[in-house]
Formats: sequence, C-alpha cells, structure tokens
Amino acid sequence: MHYNWHWKVLLETEPGGTGSYLHYLIVGLGWTLVTALAAWVIALLVGAFVGTIRTTTLRWAVRLGNLYVEIFRNIPLIVQMFLWFFVVPELLPQAMGDWIKQMPPPWGSYLPAVFCLGIFTSVRVAEQVRAGINSLPRGQRFAGTAMGLTQAQTYRYVILPQAFRIILPPLTSESMNIIKNSSVALTIGLLELTGRARAMQEFSFRVFEAFTAATVIYLLTNLIVVLLMRVLENKVRVPGLIAAGAAPQAGH
Amino acid sequence: MDGFDFDVIQRSIGYLFREGMTFTVTLTLIAMTGGIIFGTLLAMMRLSSVPLLSWGAGAYVNLMRSIPLVLVIFWFFFLVPYIGAWILRESQPVHVGAWLSAVITFTMFEAAYYCEIMRAGIQSIPRGQVWSGYALGLNYWQTMGFIVLPQAFRNMVPVLLTQTIILFQDTSLVYVISATDFLGAAAKVANRDYRLVEMYSFVAVVYFIVSYSLSLVVKQLQDRIAIIR
Repeated sequence: MHYNWHWKVLLETEPGGTGSYLHYLIVGLGWTLVTALAAWVIALLVGAFVGTIRTTTLRWAVRLGNLYVEIFRNIPLIVQMFLWFFVVPELLPQAMGDWIKQMPPPWGSYLPAVFCLGIFTSVRVAEQVRAGINSLPRGQRFAGTAMGLTQAQTYRYVILPQAFRIILPPLTSESMNIIKNSSVALTIGLLELTGRARAMQEFSFRVFEAFTAATVIYLLTNLIVVLLMRVLENKVRVPGLIAAGAAPQAGH
Repeated sequence: MDGFDFDVIQRSIGYLFREGMTFTVTLTLIAMTGGIIFGTLLAMMRLSSVPLLSWGAGAYVNLMRSIPLVLVIFWFFFLVPYIGAWILRESQPVHVGAWLSAVITFTMFEAAYYCEIMRAGIQSIPRGQVWSGYALGLNYWQTMGFIVLPQAFRNMVPVLLTQTIILFQDTSLVYVISATDFLGAAAKVANRDYRLVEMYSFVAVVYFIVSYSLSLVVKQLQDRIAIIR
C-alpha cells in the first residue's frame, strides 16, 4: 500500500479563493487562539472566584461552589457545546434568543464556543486555585486574623497573592488544554484549525497532508506556549516554595 | 420551558440506551482495558534504560498529549484503512467502520494518558523493592509482574478510574465521525423530530448522573485503599 504525498497542495488556492491552503490553515490557527484566549479570560476570572469561595468559612458559598464544579465537570465538553449553541438561545427571552441565532457567521458559533470553553475550563482552574490555597500553611490565615484583618482582607493581601504564584505551573497545562479543547467548537460550525484541516481534506482530497500540517501547527503552538509560560513561571516563582501540583492527574 | 416535550424522550429512550449507550459503554470498557495494557507497556518503555525505547515511547506519548482528541479521531479514521491495507497486503485501503476506528483511536490515545499515570505509579515504588526482586534472582519481567506493577497499580487505581470517567465523557466526540454513540443516537433523534432542546438536555442529565455517581465511587475507593505511610 502506497500513499502519494503531494505537499504542494498547501500552496494551491483553496475553493473560497481567500488564498493558499496554508494561509487557510493559519487563519484557522488564528481562530483557535482567539477562541482559546477569550475563553481563558473567562476561565481565570470565574475559576479564581469559584476556587476561592470554596475555601472560605461560608457554608452556603462552599456548597454552591461544589455544585458548580460537579455540574460542569461531569458533562462532556461536546454536550456542553450543544447546550450553549442549541439550548441556551431557546431558554433566553425570545428577543435575545433570536438576536443570538441571527448573528452572522462566525460569531454565531464563536460566542457560544467561548462561553462553553471558558466555563468548562473554569472548573479546572477552580480546582487548582482551591488546591493552591489549601497548600499554604494555615499559619498564614491565622497571622492575617491576628493582625486584625477581616477574612476578605486576609484573602486579598495574604492568601491570594501567594496562591496565584504557586498555581502557575499547573495552569500552564490548562492553557494548553484550552487550545486543544477549542477544536471541539468545530462541531458547532466554528472553522478553527482542526475544522479547517477537515475542510481542506474534503476540498482537496489530500487527507494526510492536511492533518500533518495541522498537527505540526499544533505542536509548534504548544512549544511556544510552554516557552512563554516558563518565562512567566520564573518571574513569579516564590523563592523557597515548591508547587504542590506534582501529584499525577487524570486529563484529556 | 412551556413547550418542553417529554414525549420525544419517552419514545426514543429504548433506542438511545440500546443502541447509543451500549456503544458508549462498550467503547469505554475496551479502550480502558486496552489503554491500561498499552499504557503500562509504554510506561515500562519510558522508564527503560534502553535509549531507543524510552525516547520512542516518550515521543509517542508527548505527540498524543499535545494534539486535540478531535484531530486524533480524524487521523485514525483515515489512517486505519491504510494501515489495514498494509498489514493485509492489499493494494487499496480496506474498509473500516466507525466502530472499529473508534476502538483503535481511543485505545491508542488513552494509552498515552494511562502511560503517564502508570509511570507515576511505578516511580512511587521505592527502588529497594526492585533491588530485592533482583536479589531474589527474579528477572526483569518477574520483578515487574510480581512486585512493582501490582503495587503501582494499587496506588494508582483512583487516578486510573478518574481517567476512565474522562474517557467515558470523551467517547462522545465520536460524533465527529458520525458514529452512533449515546450522543450520536440522541442527535439523530433530535434532528429527525426537531427536538434539540429536549434531547441535548436529556443527554446532559444522563452523562451527569453516570459520571457523578462514578466519581462518588472513586472517592470512596480512594479513602478505602489509601496506603498509610
């Protein structure tokens, strides 16, 4: 069995006429990154909030945080995509739902994808934040109280600044996960990198060239993210503190 | 919520579970078994002192872990027919259905993740255990099979099961190659009857109940088998 490679296909014009297939894939990478980045902002904000309230002494807040985490952790990402894309617009007030459904492409799939990925990842961020806070010595909290700080002030000035610096390494792998997971958005019609590789395969019939190109682009992106995060990690590392995130974790 | 049509769920529930859930559960179980077996072998290769083995296994695991599962599913969907033709010495790509393709994909993909878990498990065993095995005159396979792996496996059961819950959820991505798993079956009904809200909400609830119950079991198990050191 023999497969005839035809790499020059990458330089041929794609049917939409916007440029070469390579250009088409690179634009896909752009969408992947824009989706992942916007979702990452949501994930960090919501995740930091939920993770923090789960470590407080407020019973109801802890319960609510746990409920949030369990719901979004136990539903598959693609099902959550469908919920955001097909179900949420129906449950909103009619006018708002119609407005969302009539958004021109790619925004109609981009927005649900961003919200879905952001909320999905926020759960994982919340777990890391909670672990980071719990890994701090209890004396830090006591010292804050002894100095007359309220619980909110203790979090603001003592606990969170340390916790965020500790959890940065595990967050690196989350930021790569969010890039990978953004490929699920192709199921609701967002033409990001994987979606475009698939489309290129359908237009040009060059299966393995398309997927190899996408794979190489993903690998390069990962490499760049790892290098950038390593620089950041070195900058914010707390001298003498070793991250607690060394335990093996399940993932995807 | 006024127009929520429970009837469509009732009408299709037999089909959803008979066709869809059977596919999902079978795929999960096969991929878990295969993934743990290959993953353990990969972990042993990664920890081997033969550079070619450790490098090869490391490259495979890192490759699998850095590209999206959706892309891996596409890769295998198109690659498996060619590999099949190569093995069977045919001149044309052989026909492979979505089912076999999914089984191969998830086994090979999950092997990379199970590998990292088993590697951590093997490394958690004190070196003295290995040395005493050799001192007793056991060879590598005996030391691994009778001493190291049983302990490593025991330590890692909770993480392996958590990974399996993730695998159970991730099998829903076979939707992209139009396989009829639980989600695929629901999507077919949803599109036929135009009942997307009802079907996808129902799917989400079912996945939640199954995954959450499993995670409670894992939590209990974790407390029970934790080795006090």
